[in-house]
Amino acid sequence: MEAIAVIVNGKQQRITAPPDEPLLWVLRDQLQLTGTKYGCGEGHCGACTVLLEGKPVRSCLTQVAAAAGKHVITVEGLEQNGTLHPVQQAFLREEAFQCGYCTSGMILSAVALLGSNRTPTEEEIVHAMSGNICRCGTYPRIVAAVREAAQATKG
Amino acid sequence: MSSVPDRELALEIKQHEVNGDLHWFELDRRDFLKLFGGGLLICACGAKTVAQESGGRGGGHELPKDIAAWLRIAGDGQVTVFTGKVEVGQNIRTSLAQQVAEELRVPIESISLTMGDTDLVPWDAGTFGSRTTPTMGPQLRTMAVAAREMLLNLAAQDWHVEPSALVASDGRIANPKTSQSRSYGELTHGQKLVKVIEGDWPLTPATEWKIAGAAVPKVDGTAFVTGKHQYTSDMSRPGMLYGKILRPSGFKASLVSLDDQAAKELSKVTVVRDGDFVGVAAPDIWSAEQPLTTLKAQWKVPPQLSNRELFAYLKANAGKHDQEPADVTGSVTKAMAAAEIKLSQSYTVAYIQHAPLEPRAALAEWQGDKLTVWTGTQRPFAVRDELAAALRIPSQNVRVLVPDTGSAYGGKHTGETAIEAARLARAAGKPVKVIWTREEEFTWAYFRPAGVIEIKSGAQRGGTITAWECHNYNSGPAAINVPYDIANRLIQFHPVDGPLRQGSYRGLAATANHFARESHMDELSQAVGMDPLQFRLKNTTDDRLRGVFEAVAGKAAWGKQKSTPERGFGMAGGFEKGGHVATIAEVEIGPAKTVRIRRVVEAFECGAVVNPNGLRNQIEGAIVMGIGGALFEEVRFADGRILNQHFSEYRVPRFKDMPQIDVVLVDRKDLPSAGAGETPIVGVAPAVANAIFAATGERLRALPLKPG
Ligand code: FES
Ligand code: FES
Repeated sequence: MEAIAVIVNGKQQRITAPPDEPLLWVLRDQLQLTGTKYGCGEGHCGACTVLLEGKPVRSCLTQVAAAAGKHVITVEGLEQNGTLHPVQQAFLREEAFQCGYCTSGMILSAVALLGSNRTPTEEEIVHAMSGNICRCGTYPRIVAAVREAAQATKG
Repeated sequence: MSSVPDRELALEIKQHEVNGDLHWFELDRRDFLKLFGGGLLICACGAKTVAQESGGRGGGHELPKDIAAWLRIAGDGQVTVFTGKVEVGQNIRTSLAQQVAEELRVPIESISLTMGDTDLVPWDAGTFGSRTTPTMGPQLRTMAVAAREMLLNLAAQDWHVEPSALVASDGRIANPKTSQSRSYGELTHGQKLVKVIEGDWPLTPATEWKIAGAAVPKVDGTAFVTGKHQYTSDMSRPGMLYGKILRPSGFKASLVSLDDQAAKELSKVTVVRDGDFVGVAAPDIWSAEQPLTTLKAQWKVPPQLSNRELFAYLKANAGKHDQEPADVTGSVTKAMAAAEIKLSQSYTVAYIQHAPLEPRAALAEWQGDKLTVWTGTQRPFAVRDELAAALRIPSQNVRVLVPDTGSAYGGKHTGETAIEAARLARAAGKPVKVIWTREEEFTWAYFRPAGVIEIKSGAQRGGTITAWECHNYNSGPAAINVPYDIANRLIQFHPVDGPLRQGSYRGLAATANHFARESHMDELSQAVGMDPLQFRLKNTTDDRLRGVFEAVAGKAAWGKQKSTPERGFGMAGGFEKGGHVATIAEVEIGPAKTVRIRRVVEAFECGAVVNPNGLRNQIEGAIVMGIGGALFEEVRFADGRILNQHFSEYRVPRFKDMPQIDVVLVDRKDLPSAGAGETPIVGVAPAVANAIFAATGERLRALPLKPG
């Protein structure tokens, strides 16, 4: 097995894994970045969402080889110099979670959305996030948190 | 007298039992005081305990068997509360800490909760039935009050004054006259002080709460938004392997033959066959899939029912386990004969799945004949016993720990995954972690029971209901009784040996029984020609129920807007487990008869509110989950297999399904606090069904609701 180079949260990582192994398991089990969650393994829940070159992808369906030479951001990589990302802060303020299992995926989907659209409407938030499941049903709070984060990052 | 709650508790626990073990292999209490260093230890007895009180310095008691919880104040003032309850997203880690902080007069930050660790916490039946707030809450508060009094006494002794001259606040005892002040930690003088308490202690009334009753943010919230919180599925141990189970091709299967040669030849792979259990363990999760695919198994699966024949089957197979009716009052036969208006209808609910976003997971580690298992379960002690029985070891040799878990909704009462991990770990001689796939979760977990509910009713033209007969087949007895004043009643639950493995669910059968009853109430209100709200109010004198109906009607401006073919309004309400709920749904009917829920208004009252923000979160979440059961969720099955075992086929509520949600909290500071994780779900389905009827004139009597 050849090592695969991936830049995870700004750090070069050399990964030895079968090229078709999902990025999800590499992140979780080799790099101990367990903030990225398994919820279905089939692309239907969004719990495993990470950013690949700034775009949200389902890490359960992304082969590690597809990330070779690319930048991956996980929930652990959002904090900057000890300050939480505005989306993380907004989730905390709105308490936009219960069990918290969907939260990493939700936050990364939201970060990606705000990366491409700094002032999303409620409809745009709903559309962009509908692939993420919160089984605890905190959707209204998540929408509020994303709006709030958009406000906070606007100026 | 105490036999009534005991009976209710027994029934409650029974309803939470899951029929059928998934696996069967062929195969004193601890001296816990030693665990504690110096400081103050308070133990609270359960309700039935004989007095065994002992104060004074020195400690070293044998503890009574039915201690409910304990609380420790360490020399540094840190407070640790030990409880068998677990956190699965319902926010009790926060709400319980608030209550302790309130009574102990300490900042909430100085409190930590040790939850669901069977070696460290007192025995507990489990976290279900919305019992944490009404039972564990007061027990913890009582302990905190007792601890505070002990500390006051200690300071009084030290300073030679009356305890009543002193005040406790902010983790210190102070003498306002002399401005002497000492922290709780200092007061214990590093000694071990033990006190076992029981009975009633003067709790702080809700009207005086400062920390309880406030919207305190979730404890450890930051750990969830940074991904730092370790769920069971995130944990690891040195040398840990990953386990996978070979699933049979159907339910009730027996293993005819197994060829595991190819798998056994793979390096670093452990293959276990024990009875009908076949599993593998490998160094990483991806490579554990591979040996699984090389296993060639032949299963024999007996012919089994499909969901198409389900309801006929449930009716046909009732009667074997019938018990006394839940309620027989007056004569339904006579009242029906005399009734001016008569109705008879049948309602059904499908099997549904909890689908917690974190699938079942367990990590098992053996040390000699001692077993430690981390797993997300609502019943750590029951899982400990399941492990002991399945692995043929004494319960004392098993320790179960429950990290805060990725939700449960009544779906994680059992220890299948724990048993699987433990069995594999024993064979491999290394720790093993098992995480169920979504498919496994949809198939091999248990289901909310399906059911048929038949209601016959009679009323006078003026709107008074005179007769009510209700038979529930299989779905369960929770909330089967009517909250309306009806003189003649016959209400009975008929258990059936259902075709699928079934068990507890958020609110148990209260969702099904509310759906049937509140749909029927709507039908009856049509039949007598009364407004659904007026009809309900006319038939109940229960103030708390009237209170939530009036609150929800006010908030939603009930009656202001008339239903049209495109837009309908419906209501439902009831009570269960101390929570009173009334729900109004507004639905929009699309051209192809599609249903879109536009708005849900819900009034909820569960006594004194402990944390309004946490409570709102629970209510909103329950409403959202209720939308799934109302409109989409249904397990389809045939021949011992589940036909929709993926999120692409089993539709759960998503962002796009969200209505506007308005929650009205009715805070009754004069009433004891009740739990709220379950009851807010019960009104959603009937309110939506009634709203669909109001718009379309089509009465839907089956969940999920499918118009057209
Ligand atoms: S785990 Fe990747 S989408 Fe569900
Ligand atoms: S908070 Fe539990 S799944 Fe979203």
